[in-house]
Amino acid sequence: MPRPSRLHVPHAPARPGEAPDFSYVRLTPAGTVARPDVAAQAADVENLAVDLIRVLDDGHRAIGPWNPHLEVDVLQVGLRHMLLTRIYDDRMLRTQRQGKISFYMKSTGEEAVAVAAAMALRPGDMLFPSYRQQGLQFVRGAKLVDLMCQLLSNTRDMCKGRQLPVMYHSVPGRLFSISGNLATQFPQAVGWAMAAAIKGTDDLAATWIGEGSSAEADFHHALLFASVYRAPVILNVVNNQWAISTFQGFAGGEQRSFAARGPGYGIPGLRVDGNDFLAVYAATEWAAERARKGAGATLIEFVTYRAAAHSTSDDPSRYRPKDDAERWPLGDPIERLKAHLIGLGEWSEARHEALTAELGEQVGAAWKEATTYGTLTEGPRLDRDLMFEDVFKELPKHLVEQRAQLRSERG
Amino acid sequence: MPQMNMIQALNSAMDIALGRDPAVVVLGEDVGYFGGVFRVTDGLQRKYGQHRVLDTPIAEGGIVAASIGMAVNGLRPIAEIQFADYIYPGYDQIVSELARLRYRSASAFAAPVTIRTPCGGGIRGGQTHSQSPEALFAHVCGIKVVMPSNPYDAKGLLIASIEDDDPVLFLEPKRLYNGPFDGDPNKPAVPWSTHPRGEVPDGHYTVPIGKAAVVREGRELTIISYGTMLHVAEAAAKALGLDAEIIDVRSIVPLDVETLTTSVQKTGRCVIAHEATRFAGFGAELMATIQERCFWQLEAPIERVCGWDTPYPHAFEWEYFPGPQRVAAALKRVMEAR
Repeated sequence: MPRPSRLHVPHAPARPGEAPDFSYVRLTPAGTVARPDVAAQAADVENLAVDLIRVLDDGHRAIGPWNPHLEVDVLQVGLRHMLLTRIYDDRMLRTQRQGKISFYMKSTGEEAVAVAAAMALRPGDMLFPSYRQQGLQFVRGAKLVDLMCQLLSNTRDMCKGRQLPVMYHSVPGRLFSISGNLATQFPQAVGWAMAAAIKGTDDLAATWIGEGSSAEADFHHALLFASVYRAPVILNVVNNQWAISTFQGFAGGEQRSFAARGPGYGIPGLRVDGNDFLAVYAATEWAAERARKGAGATLIEFVTYRAAAHSTSDDPSRYRPKDDAERWPLGDPIERLKAHLIGLGEWSEARHEALTAELGEQVGAAWKEATTYGTLTEGPRLDRDLMFEDVFKELPKHLVEQRAQLRSERG
Repeated sequence: MPQMNMIQALNSAMDIALGRDPAVVVLGEDVGYFGGVFRVTDGLQRKYGQHRVLDTPIAEGGIVAASIGMAVNGLRPIAEIQFADYIYPGYDQIVSELARLRYRSASAFAAPVTIRTPCGGGIRGGQTHSQSPEALFAHVCGIKVVMPSNPYDAKGLLIASIEDDDPVLFLEPKRLYNGPFDGDPNKPAVPWSTHPRGEVPDGHYTVPIGKAAVVREGRELTIISYGTMLHVAEAAAKALGLDAEIIDVRSIVPLDVETLTTSVQKTGRCVIAHEATRFAGFGAELMATIQERCFWQLEAPIERVCGWDTPYPHAFEWEYFPGPQRVAAALKRVMEAR
């Protein structure tokens, strides 16, 4: 008798109380993956979706064909943006714990995925982030105070109090409004890119999604439209291993990499060390060049680790080992770029310490200023009439009436 | 009698259903190992195993569709959608498939799926963690829609939903998970142990779908509400010293028209309160029904107290929420109308 069918349930590599186990993460030595021509056919570069593109080796040297050969000052700027992202995240988490903001989401451990990618793109390229790429904001010149005012829902909040914290946007920075709903922005980026191609401009769109939310149908819509129209778009899957309590196996990562979803649609998929600043930069540069040549979209899986909680409402100690992040085999993106710069003789512990202090002061000063425009609980508040605006371009009559009703309610 | 909050009551309902019927399965995002982001499925996977309580990919359309397939093959899935605000990727599967399967196949196929989902605001969730979408489903033919307002009803209604041979959307007002709420966010939280409906039997019982509850008898006017707003309206009426008859709709589809109209025919005055936006909200259906059947007994126009016709704004949560002031103003107008 043949064995009856049996339901397979993905099994997390390690749970609380167990030793971290990352044996499932397929590693490839730095510098060993070939860099094909940017116009390559997806079918010819399927190995890129299996191997891991890495530039920084274990000795923190940049090696191999994917080395983007960046100038030292570019590397230092990258380090600065990543460090600022981390300090900002840490400080904003504390303000949430103090009850100054309602909610926060850190990107700790994933700073390179945002910072290096944004630096490899042009200012005209449109970015459609998820809620964990704050590094994009810094590269695109966002002011700390402006971001904090959004977190505070205060009188200078760019969203006029409508959105949860971290759901930023920037018109001059070409950063699309972040949605609290997952995956929705992924196919929208493809539409933006299709419009760029229709209009005949040289701009591309880039978008980010978690590996967990790549389970949504939106992800597949994005790949399909990007493939059909060869849209100039970069589709980034941030595989940070954990979607709240469910590990990447529940998003389909047990059988094949997320990058491998690309070739199925005729789109090259690159599997990239997301904690390697240089590899992130190089992969994005490759995909951007491909898009601007009219060769179409690229799917990039950045293999990284969500070192912090999903959000301030989450407690990861309930579902994964406490020391998981420390044991992550791809290390920490900031430490690795720092070590690389020190190895080049272009950075030092002392300079790092000084920069940390400088950025900490910047963040502190910005927070002080931001809170003068109000917090959730104290100081000036947004005009409540604003609640009724922007539902439509023009305030319709029924909302005029409801606004009047609220005024009479509150005197 | 044991005391339970709504989370424990819902957990107990699923525990009993899983224990009594091997066809019952639970599935959803984070519901298995973690026990759900609101802990409603806590411990169930440990007790019933990974084939009965399944973590799923983040794909609401997939969760609903897979539940339909499971149900057609003899299971009784309880699907959790983590927040009602995230149900829309599953909307097509609910509207076009789940709700109509029985009808289109002349009962050759049916899918007894229960979809549980936390709804409503009051937890600083902003526009993506606060919605009350009941009207979007009430308008769909073929799916029952229920919303409990207390732990006792939550457990009894959930068991009834799971045992029902038709699909049920089970909306859980998340502001009420840990205690009743009178609409004043500045007061200290009140636990369910202070409330008579926090007493919940350990064992199996059902609260029938399609039956409203008269939670307070009164003569001066009828207040019709459900979910979080039931408590807010009750407190507002009490503060005004009104002898209000207060009705908890509980079952939005099917609607217990008789209980509603009997009350309004007696009192002649009616205020409807829900948290969802006003325009084409479920209050409109309630109002139309009562107007049709109670017109000659009405002594004042029926009023609706609702959320504004805007998305739920993060910074103005309590200005948006139809709190005690908005309810009281409506109660006064209805009482003063001659």
